[in-house]
Amino acid sequence: MFTKESVARVTERHQEWDKLLAKRLEKAPERLERFSTISDEEIKNIYTPEDIRELDYDKDLNFPGQFPYTRGVQASMHRGRLWTMRQFAGMGGAEETNARFHYLMDHGETGLSTAFDMPTLMGYDSDSPLSLGEVGKCGVAIDTLADMEILFDKIPMDKVTTSMTINPPAAIMLAMYIATAENKGVSRDKIGGTIQNDMLKEFIAQKTFMLPPEPSMRIITDTVEFCTKEVPRWNSISISGYHIREAGSTAIQELAFTLADGIGYVQACVERGLDVDDFAPRLSFFFNAHVDFFEEVAKYRAARRMWARIMRDRFGAKDPKSMLLRFHTQTAGCSLTAQQPYNNVVRTAYQALSSVLGGTQSLHTNSLDETLSLPTEHAVTIALRTQQIIGEEIGVTNTIDPLAGAYFVEALTDEMESKAMAYIDKIDDMGGILKAIDIGFPQKEIADAAFNYQSQVDAGEKIIVGVNKYQMDETLKVDLLTIDPIVEKRQRQRLAKIKEERDSAKVEACLNAIETASRGTDNLMPHLVEAVKSYVSVQEICDCWRKVYGRYTDPGMF
Amino acid sequence: MSESKIKVLIAKPGLDGHDRGAKIIARGLRDAGFEVVYTGLHQTPEEIVATAIQEDVNVIGISSLAGAHMYLFPRIIELLTEKGAEDIPVFGGGIIPEDDIPVLKKAGIKAIFTPGSPVVETVDWIRNNVN
Repeated sequence: MFTKESVARVTERHQEWDKLLAKRLEKAPERLERFSTISDEEIKNIYTPEDIRELDYDKDLNFPGQFPYTRGVQASMHRGRLWTMRQFAGMGGAEETNARFHYLMDHGETGLSTAFDMPTLMGYDSDSPLSLGEVGKCGVAIDTLADMEILFDKIPMDKVTTSMTINPPAAIMLAMYIATAENKGVSRDKIGGTIQNDMLKEFIAQKTFMLPPEPSMRIITDTVEFCTKEVPRWNSISISGYHIREAGSTAIQELAFTLADGIGYVQACVERGLDVDDFAPRLSFFFNAHVDFFEEVAKYRAARRMWARIMRDRFGAKDPKSMLLRFHTQTAGCSLTAQQPYNNVVRTAYQALSSVLGGTQSLHTNSLDETLSLPTEHAVTIALRTQQIIGEEIGVTNTIDPLAGAYFVEALTDEMESKAMAYIDKIDDMGGILKAIDIGFPQKEIADAAFNYQSQVDAGEKIIVGVNKYQMDETLKVDLLTIDPIVEKRQRQRLAKIKEERDSAKVEACLNAIETASRGTDNLMPHLVEAVKSYVSVQEICDCWRKVYGRYTDPGMF
Repeated sequence: MSESKIKVLIAKPGLDGHDRGAKIIARGLRDAGFEVVYTGLHQTPEEIVATAIQEDVNVIGISSLAGAHMYLFPRIIELLTEKGAEDIPVFGGGIIPEDDIPVLKKAGIKAIFTPGSPVVETVDWIRNNVN
C-alpha cells in the first residue's frame, strides 16, 4: 500500500522521533517497563507504514464479501443487517427456559440460544445418580422429546433460528429439534440453527466429553452428512474457540487451535467422501471476545483471512461460501469479576464492541451477574440493551470495518495470522489435531498460558480492576437467580411417567437399530430421529454409545 | 509435620468440566512445595473420598463452577465422616455465591476461595491450618 520511497521517508522521520522520545523519557519514563496484551504479546510504542510495508490491499484485505474476506463476509455487513442478538439461555426445566425465550424475543432478541444442564450435556438423564444436585442448575434439563416440545412451545420454528450449545449428545438434540418441528408441521428443510457439535475443543478445553475421539468424530461426520442432504439451513458444527480461551489460552492459541479443529473436521468429511463445497458452507465458528480490544479485532480479521486461504488452497474449495468464516461471539465469561459486579457491564460493552468492529454475525453479551449464577431477567436485559446501543446508537455500524488501515490493527492482524499459522504447521507435523490432542499438546499449551496469566495477576503485572487494584470493602450485593429444587423432582416425575406410558417394544427396537448402526457404517441420524420420536431418552442412547465405544476419561494433567 | 510432607488432593466433583482453576491451584501448590494429587474431572463424591483415604492425604481441595456445590460439597464431608476420615480438612473453590459460603462452612467446609483469590492465599491457608 506504500511505495518504497514513502516508507523510507517515514523511517527517517521515525529515527528523528526516537531521539525526541528518548529525551522525553529521560525526564519522565514510561508507566511500565513492558507493554503487552492480555495474551502477553509485546506491543510497540507506535506503529507506522513501516510495519505494514508488505500489506497488499487486493491480496490481503480486499473489499467485504471478497476473498480473503478480511474486511467481512458479506458485501453490506452491518449496514445491511445487524448481527443476530442471541442470548444464551437455559435454566431449570423446559417451562422456565421457554418463558425466558419468550421474554427475550419480546424485548428485541432476534435468535434463540439454548444452554443445557450438566447431566444433559454429559448424556445422563435427570434420574441418574450422577445427576444428583445438578439437574437444571446451569441450563435446561432435557431427557426426552416431551421436554423439547415444552421448550419450543409457541416458538415459530420456521422463522426463528436456534443455537444449541451441546456436544457429545448434539446429534440427539438435533434429532429432537427436527422431531419437534415436524410435529408442529414444519419440515426439516425449513428449520435453521446450529448445534455446537465440536468435540475436538472439548478434549482440548471444555472437557465435556463422553466417547473417545475417533467415535466422536464419526458421529459428528454423520451429522454433517445428514444436514447436507436433509437439513440444508442447519449449521452442523460450530467450531469453537470460546472455551479454549476460557480455559486460559492466549488469543493466538484460540485462533490457531480453533482453525486446526476446523481443518480436522473438514478432513474427516472429505475422507468420508463428501464434496467440500457441499458441506463447508454450513460450518460456522464461535469466538471469545476478551478484554484486550485491539487484539480481539485483529483476531477476528485474521481468522477470516486464514480460513479463506485454508479452504481455497488446502482443500481446493471452489464455492466462495465454503471459504467464509461466519462466526458467533460471546463476551469473556472468565473476565467477569464477583468483586464490584456492576463493572462487568462496562467490560462486556467493550468486549462486544470489539466483536462488532471485528465483523461478527451473532453475539451473546454476558450479564453482570454471570460470574456468580445464571442471569436474572434484569441483568440479561441490560446485556441485550448493550448490543442494541452498539448497533443503533453509537454510530460504529455506519461504515464497514472502520479499523482497517490502522497501522497497528493491520500489523497486529498480520502477527496473529503468522503466529497462529506456525501453530497449525506444528500440529500438521505432529500428524494432525487428533494426534496433537492425544499427546496433550494444545492442553499443555493452554495450561501453561493460564498459569502464566495467573502469575502475572498475582504479581500485579496484569491489572483486574476491583480484584488486584482499586479494591473496595463492599456492601453492594446483586440479586441472584436460584434454581428451585422442585425442578429436579418434577423432571424425574415427568421422565418416570413417560417411561411408563411409551411403547417399550418400540423403544427396544430403536435402541437395537442405533446399536447396529453404531457398530456398522449406517448414518446414525435417521435412527436417532426415529428413536426420539418414540420417546427414547438421551441417556438411553448415550448408554448404548458408551457400551459400543467405551468412555473417554480425563488424563488429569496439570 | 514438615511442610514438604503435606499431601494435597485437588478434586473435581460432579459433571462440571471447568478445570482451569483446579489445575492452576494444583500447579501452584506443587510449586509451593506440597505433594499434589489431582483426580481429574468428573469424579463422584464417593470416588473422591476413596482416593483421599487411599492416598492418605492431609487436606482436600474441591472445585465447582456449575452450580452443584450445595449438594456435592456437603456430600463429601458426609462421606468422610462415614468413613471415619473427618479429620481431613476440606477447602473449596469456584463459582460460589456469597450467601452459600456460611451454609457450606456450617456443613464442614473449612475455607472457600472464590475467583480473584491469589494462589498464595490458598498456600498460606494450608500452611496455617493443616498439621
